[in-house]
Amino acid sequence: MGQVEIAFEAPAVDWWVLTPQIILVGAALGLLLVASLAPRALPDWVSTITSIATGAAAAIVAAVQWAAWDLAPRPTLNGAFVSDGFSLLLTVLVGAGVVMTALVAHSALDRYDMAPPEFAALLLASAAGAVVMAGANDLIVLFLGLESLSIALYVLIALAGRRASARESAMKYFVLGAFSSAFFLYGIALVYGSTGSTNLSGIGGFLFGSIRETDYLLLAGIALLLVGLGFKVAAVPFHFWAPDVYEGAPSPVTGYLASIAKAAGFAALARVLYVAVFEQSTAWTPILVALAFATLAVGAVMAICQNDVKRMLAYSSISHAGFVLVGLSAVPAASGVLQWAEEGGGDAVSSSVFYLITYSFMALGSFAVLSVVGAELRSPEADASAHALSRYGGLARRRPVLALAFTVLLLAQAGVPLTAGFVAKFEVIRAAIDASGYVLAAVAMITAVVSAFAYLRVVLAMYAPEGSADDDDSAPAARAGRPRWGGLPLTSVFAISLAVAVTVVVGVLPQTLLEWSRDAVLSIIL
Amino acid sequence: MSGLEVTTGWYLTLGAMLFLIGGTGLLVRRNPLIMLMCVELMLNGVNLSFIAFADRFGDVHGHTVVLFVLVVAAAEVVVGLGLVVAVLRASPRATADDLSALKG
Repeated sequence: MGQVEIAFEAPAVDWWVLTPQIILVGAALGLLLVASLAPRALPDWVSTITSIATGAAAAIVAAVQWAAWDLAPRPTLNGAFVSDGFSLLLTVLVGAGVVMTALVAHSALDRYDMAPPEFAALLLASAAGAVVMAGANDLIVLFLGLESLSIALYVLIALAGRRASARESAMKYFVLGAFSSAFFLYGIALVYGSTGSTNLSGIGGFLFGSIRETDYLLLAGIALLLVGLGFKVAAVPFHFWAPDVYEGAPSPVTGYLASIAKAAGFAALARVLYVAVFEQSTAWTPILVALAFATLAVGAVMAICQNDVKRMLAYSSISHAGFVLVGLSAVPAASGVLQWAEEGGGDAVSSSVFYLITYSFMALGSFAVLSVVGAELRSPEADASAHALSRYGGLARRRPVLALAFTVLLLAQAGVPLTAGFVAKFEVIRAAIDASGYVLAAVAMITAVVSAFAYLRVVLAMYAPEGSADDDDSAPAARAGRPRWGGLPLTSVFAISLAVAVTVVVGVLPQTLLEWSRDAVLSIIL
Repeated sequence: MSGLEVTTGWYLTLGAMLFLIGGTGLLVRRNPLIMLMCVELMLNGVNLSFIAFADRFGDVHGHTVVLFVLVVAAAEVVVGLGLVVAVLRASPRATADDLSALKG
């Protein structure tokens, strides 16, 4: 590309590859258009149904593509975007996350004073950003996906801006999100300056086999990319925003933040590290290992110090990010990608993908429970102590089924056998041991035990005989027109059941999902 | 003038300085509006680096990246200003230190 080409040639577009994104963006824009042109406000269910149908459609299209194509990478738009097993699997996850978030939010929107069409449109726009991140094969496309996801999320939190806590949460998320985006972007600039390309495969190809002296520009660029993505996935020491933002955001949005936004960040991290700069793995593996150590330890220790269930779950989500980092950092010493893949390197990354998927369902389910319980507790101002541990006392007596579901989700997060959480932790730790990371594996096991204490505290509180029950059976503000089941909003019940079902089924029969994760990871590496 | 030649390195240094000034400002200043401006300064420092690299490589790609970044920065400012207005309307003269109800 030495000479400037006069004739402009539009890149070929493979529309089938882009279908999930087009569905998500199209539905978001269409809903906004209809909602603003409609003579009077749309009924709430229109927005909810639109989000659910769109999320499901995107997931189904991706699943069909997964089944119909051979998972080989299908680049489009001059190689800026690629559809492969990895992006398709994450697209299905994002679609499922949208469906569950929409279900949970349906019964919570008017409690938070959030306008349904705006909520749905922003949810779909952020999902489109997450899907773009999963399949981006160019750092700039990755950045655009990251920003679509983040900017939509800032507004999604701020929609509940009647509450001071939501305003504070949105402002903190915005400032730190913009800060980290700037770091990420500077990282792109330095990598571009070092390799002359922003295309992930292009960078990988440029670095492949080229024996060069230490390139500080490239190393600085990789470090800045790690800082930027470290903020997004809330890895310690870039986690300071997470507990405040998670606590202040409306619970359905928090579930989405903790699962889908985090999964998209990790997807981007995996793709950047393993497609673009794998040749520099000796440089970034120690950084990743250090991040994993810190994230595991701080997440677990802070989780047991919390007296607020929502904040505890925020710290536990940090600790889970540590486990995902353990899998990503388990790079066996190998001379190249191919040898590395033969030595089971793909298994390490696929254990992280498996962890992300199972954790996402646990997080979505847990925050769905918080959303339901928050509506029941109906604290007047819904401020800092809305989810204090003491208010969960006696939940098992008031809502036995809900408490049981929450127990399953918490035990799964703790890593109890027969739940997906156990298999996920087992696989990640095994990957660390395979890569001779014995200390890291030991720390991961210890922190799993430590954070189990935090979850068990909540379980014990729920099943404690007495409770500070301020007589909740006095009709918890049953709103007209909302179908309920046993006093609980039906849509949330669906979402929680789905999360529990996935957690238990994958826990008992993990093989299929493990194979999918492996196929997905091998499709980006080979 | 004497033989003072402005090379790519100068632009890169300037870009890095802008980035650092913006980053420091974001961490030090407590006025939400100034924090927003600092983010812009950081992004523009990055833009300058992109242009400098693109010029060194004779590559159009780096120039197009800047256009994307400008669009994203504009979108970020729109949302950021909205948030700042929402915060300031609720409590005029608020600084970042006042946003500290959530902690633990």
